[in-house]
Amino acid sequence: MLYREAGQFKTSYATDQAIFPILQDRIGIIIILVIAFVGIPLIGNDFLTNAVMTPFLIFSLAAIGLNLLTGYTGLLSLGTGAFMGVGAYACYKLTTIFPNVNIIIWVIASGFFSAAVGVAFGLPSLRIKGFYLAIATLAAQFFLEWCFIRIPWLYNYNVSAAIEVPQRELFGIIVTGPRASAETRYLIVLTIVVIMTWMASNIVHGRIGRMWMAVRDMDIAAELMGIRLLPTKLLAFAVSSFYCGVAGALLVFLWYGGAESTVFSINESFTVLFMIIIGGLGSLLGSFLGAALIYILPIILRFVPPQLGLPLHAATVEHLTFMITGALIVFFLIAEPAGLGRLWQIGKQKLRVWPFPY
Amino acid sequence: MDILYKIFLDPFVQMVTAPDLLVQTLWEGMVGGVLYALIALGFVLIFKASGVFNFAQGIMVVFAALTLVGLYNAGISAFLALGLTVAVMFALAFAVERVVLRPLINQSDIILFMATFGLTYFLIGFGQFVFGGDPKVMITEQLYLPKGTVTYKALGGIISLQKLDIAAAIIASAMVAGLAVFFSKTRIGRALRAVADSHEAALSVGISLEQIWVIVWFAAGLVALVTGIMWGARSDVSFALDVIALKALPVLILGGLTSIPGAIVGGLIIGVGEKLWEFYWGPLIGGGTDSWFAFVLALVFLLFRPQGLFGERIIERV
Repeated sequence: MLYREAGQFKTSYATDQAIFPILQDRIGIIIILVIAFVGIPLIGNDFLTNAVMTPFLIFSLAAIGLNLLTGYTGLLSLGTGAFMGVGAYACYKLTTIFPNVNIIIWVIASGFFSAAVGVAFGLPSLRIKGFYLAIATLAAQFFLEWCFIRIPWLYNYNVSAAIEVPQRELFGIIVTGPRASAETRYLIVLTIVVIMTWMASNIVHGRIGRMWMAVRDMDIAAELMGIRLLPTKLLAFAVSSFYCGVAGALLVFLWYGGAESTVFSINESFTVLFMIIIGGLGSLLGSFLGAALIYILPIILRFVPPQLGLPLHAATVEHLTFMITGALIVFFLIAEPAGLGRLWQIGKQKLRVWPFPY
Repeated sequence: MDILYKIFLDPFVQMVTAPDLLVQTLWEGMVGGVLYALIALGFVLIFKASGVFNFAQGIMVVFAALTLVGLYNAGISAFLALGLTVAVMFALAFAVERVVLRPLINQSDIILFMATFGLTYFLIGFGQFVFGGDPKVMITEQLYLPKGTVTYKALGGIISLQKLDIAAAIIASAMVAGLAVFFSKTRIGRALRAVADSHEAALSVGISLEQIWVIVWFAAGLVALVTGIMWGARSDVSFALDVIALKALPVLILGGLTSIPGAIVGGLIIGVGEKLWEFYWGPLIGGGTDSWFAFVLALVFLLFRPQGLFGERIIERV
């Protein structure tokens, strides 16, 4: 009843092409942003901000990155974990070499290193397609992972072969390192994620996004229409890796506080891939929904049995989590192969015409 | 100049001056390659018949081996346990077809690929839940697999071959030959090839897709069981094998996703190439290179031949 667009007339092209054309959607997004920026820090629960929301947002950002490549351009990649790693290691090197520069600048700058590496490994995509490309990106994954272990320069010759995040301040507030408060880190991550999501939304709704989607739907046809394949595909790799790189830098600097190469293993790539496929290929909202399901679901599963008074062994819970996650992936694929983002759209459409079926 | 010498000349000098080491390395590469090839074979079987890129093949290997060892440890005699494991793999094939493939019929490739991811997760959790997560010892003696080594004095040194590896090579060859005969001579084999060519055409001449898929997944399950026994005999049966199974992917690329001989040849090339590279060139850049060599080789190879060695030519039309 509340969700009606009756009476909302579009009188210019700008309003017709708005991302949120309906007033209720705009109100909804503002409410979500207010809750995220004000509500959650006010609750002040460290567990909520630190263990749930921060990683959820970071994974959402990585999922958006991969979605730009796989969902919008149709290039399947299994190298996400490694590209995130490039961002993290680049940020670490930059901030240790230039400690006085604002850390946020380095987090963003590290994305460019990741983008460069992404372009290099994206070069074969002109000739290779589909699963063949996926396996080719595995080369990036394993080669970069090997670099993270075998090139000691990357982790400043630490004995532990791990990177540890130094303490950095921003306008007198500690933002990284063990002494930074959970709320500060959450707010910084939130700000970056919101801005980058907004940018991604603009990219995919504009000329570049349309080029990507044309390439996804059929690359030869796109080429015949005058889209140059190589620059388009490489741009997709660059932008995607940029997002993944920033996500990786955030992951280490604002959440883990330190990392080894194993953090950026193949499993990380798979996790992000799960997120976008469950959430919906080619849907920014889907990236968030998928990240929420894949990341938050295991947390809930871990906390439900003790609440119900079931005395389950920790290892058993772990195994059950695996089983349930696997079963749910299959279930959601069968229920709606186009992902949670599509389910959301269907729900909105139903709500709009309610109480009529059509 | 020194570095050029080390890269381009020194390894070959070593190969010529110590041929026994070269032969030993080649043999080890071959044996590793056979195991990669076996996993790749499971992938190819399923990909040919159903167009599903079965990511779960690696975990099926682990699951089959775990079931075998778990049943034996529960007090069942070795060969009865083997029979029961075959039955379990059949049940798995049946369940996969019924629960996963049938509802997802006619969906795009990536969705089916993703579904096998779900299957992988489920099997990891299920396997650990039932049999526990700790590594187990494969029952090699009870299955009458040979143990020990054969050593030859040849080429001015000693070459030692594991008897188990020889057995693995023989069994793998027998299995591939069996599959080849099955595919070309039997009624079901021909039906499988028809399904691989075109689902619609196969349906229209009265081939049941459901039945074929169960058979194919069961065949892949059997291949997984053999691979699991062989691999488990070389090292313990553990979930770490799952990561090693990813090495089958570059093998697939080299051989082509749809070719059975390709899987074998690709496996051998990757296995041998990896060992040679790691042994002669690896130390120059710090070692541990076998984690990525196969993938980079496949990547370079793809640039020149995108459909693999024996894959079907890719023809694209608008």
